[in-house]
Amino acid sequence: MSLTQHLSAQLPAHLPALQVVLPLLSAPLAVLLRHGGFAFAIVTAAAWAAFATAIGLWLQVGQLEPGGVISYHIGSWAPPWGIEYRVDRLASFVLLLVSGTAAVVLPWSRASIAREIPPERHYLFYAMFGLCLTGLLGITITGDAFNIFVFLEISSLSTYVLIALGQDRRALAAAYRYLIMGSIGATFIVIGIGFLYLMTGTLNLADMAVRLRAMESSRPVLAALAFLTVGISLKLALFPLHQWLPNAYTYAPSAVTAFLAATATKVSVYVLIRFYFSVFGESLVFHELPLPQIMLWLSLFAMFAASFIAIFQDNLKRLFAYSSVGQIGYITLGLSFDSVHGLTASIIHLFNHGITKGAIFLLIGGIVAVSAVRGAPSMSTTVTFARIAGLGKRMPLTCFGIVIAGLSLIGVPGTAGFISKWYLIVAALEAEQYWLVGAILLSSLLAVAYVWRFVEAAYFRPPPAGHESRNEASLALLIPAWVLVAATLWFGLDTSFTVGSALEAAQQLVRSGQ
Amino acid sequence: MGNDLVLRVVGKLLIPFILMFALYVQFHGDFGPGGGFQAGVIFAAGIVFYALIFGLENARKVMPDWLVETMLAAGVLLYAGVGVAGLLLGGNFLDYFVLAHDPVHGQHRGIFWVEVGVAITVCGVMLKIFYMFASRGLAEDQK
Repeated sequence: MSLTQHLSAQLPAHLPALQVVLPLLSAPLAVLLRHGGFAFAIVTAAAWAAFATAIGLWLQVGQLEPGGVISYHIGSWAPPWGIEYRVDRLASFVLLLVSGTAAVVLPWSRASIAREIPPERHYLFYAMFGLCLTGLLGITITGDAFNIFVFLEISSLSTYVLIALGQDRRALAAAYRYLIMGSIGATFIVIGIGFLYLMTGTLNLADMAVRLRAMESSRPVLAALAFLTVGISLKLALFPLHQWLPNAYTYAPSAVTAFLAATATKVSVYVLIRFYFSVFGESLVFHELPLPQIMLWLSLFAMFAASFIAIFQDNLKRLFAYSSVGQIGYITLGLSFDSVHGLTASIIHLFNHGITKGAIFLLIGGIVAVSAVRGAPSMSTTVTFARIAGLGKRMPLTCFGIVIAGLSLIGVPGTAGFISKWYLIVAALEAEQYWLVGAILLSSLLAVAYVWRFVEAAYFRPPPAGHESRNEASLALLIPAWVLVAATLWFGLDTSFTVGSALEAAQQLVRSGQ
Repeated sequence: MGNDLVLRVVGKLLIPFILMFALYVQFHGDFGPGGGFQAGVIFAAGIVFYALIFGLENARKVMPDWLVETMLAAGVLLYAGVGVAGLLLGGNFLDYFVLAHDPVHGQHRGIFWVEVGVAITVCGVMLKIFYMFASRGLAEDQK
């Protein structure tokens, strides 16, 4: 058998490794090539390959019997001694989101960073992007607690660099702030993992879960749970630990904002779900501790306070950054119900909010790219409401896209956001928390307020003199952004993929959590 | 510090041994304490020592910036390359067992190249950080 035949026969079995290895290889290659164009080509190719791999894994998981898991042994060392990559329905769903977003954002980024980052740094930007993608995919796919921490550090460190590449000088301060907060979060996570290792003597998550079930709940396990909850909540920007997020999103290069908003916090939510359901188990997390109540109230605060703050922002990126904090509240609210439907709502919203926010930040990046001049003062990357006055005439496609994605943030039927809120309300009704239905609807009204502010400025204010002519973003910027806008609409109408995956994942998690 | 005769002489005497010791730590890592990370740091420390005594410009002649940046990436690539070699030879990713006909020998070979990769990257990173800090004030002085 020739080598190529041998490889193509072996390929399906090695998809879990390739999922992480391909982006990992692209990063040092981008540095070695030392050329913005080549680096772009190779990292983008790796992201597309990762997306194809994720699709392959998703199909493979579908072929297993319900609840099946793909297990891959790194270095052929059997778990629990070796590092195991585990792909279940939830992992493959999040892998699709992360690699899919990267596959859309990277082609878009070329036109955008040409205006936002000096050309001699382009290859470093793509190297960092490749590493960030590696880290996020690694966190999702690994079944090893310490490996989660390592990949978390890979993605976090590259994220700090990516944010600091922003043109605005405040990007540096934002990156530093995120560095401090993120490091505290990572430290808490590693302390939590340390306690778990101390009690169970294993780092393999599945093995850990088995040993924890056999154990009476003890103080170190509770401490581990507390450290992990706080540490991961910092990374996922759960109110009031969200302080790093608005500035980081506002001052990072547009491509970075779009990628992070769609993936980084979502992967952290995934880690939280993974630890709660696959490691600690439902009874410890939700029945013995007042965690559901705490999470419920923090989520409500996030939904109202962050959305309320968003209404009063003058910077468009900042507005939608606060909106992200609010939307994360919906995701954690679903978690706090401790039911299959609540978890389903969380997982659906994790995906739907990811594509919606990705679309919005790509379109805002288009506004920046059209009006920014390379080397101009930092004001040019700031999109204020004064600057978007009458933008509906100048950039009709961009503005219309933001409006559609905005409707998804509100939760209007026909958009992806509606599906998430629908399942959230179903979960609330199921838990007989009728007042929460009112709270969800009321907080959606806050989203109406901030999306309306955009509509009012873009469509009803006159454009400044001398700027009336049509000046739409180039197709290279529009097409990727509209792919995500179209996805927002598609997943609002055809829910078989999102709801199907989320429901199956939730059932699998709740079963394993008992 | 370049004008201090004692430092210059001691430096010239010691630096070859520091670099040699780095290689010892690298290749004896299989049997004693050591390995790629420590070796890379010690090797970089030798160059940093040289830069402190003979000046940054001279150090940059020995280890130019392009070389440091290449090392940074090449080490990671070597490490990942060993993993991919395992894949191509019919094992899993990072499978050393298949790297030689004898599994034990394969483990030796795998860990050897992986540690070389670690040493190259660590040395590159250390020097990159040092160069960046050390050359920070210089550009402003020249203005």
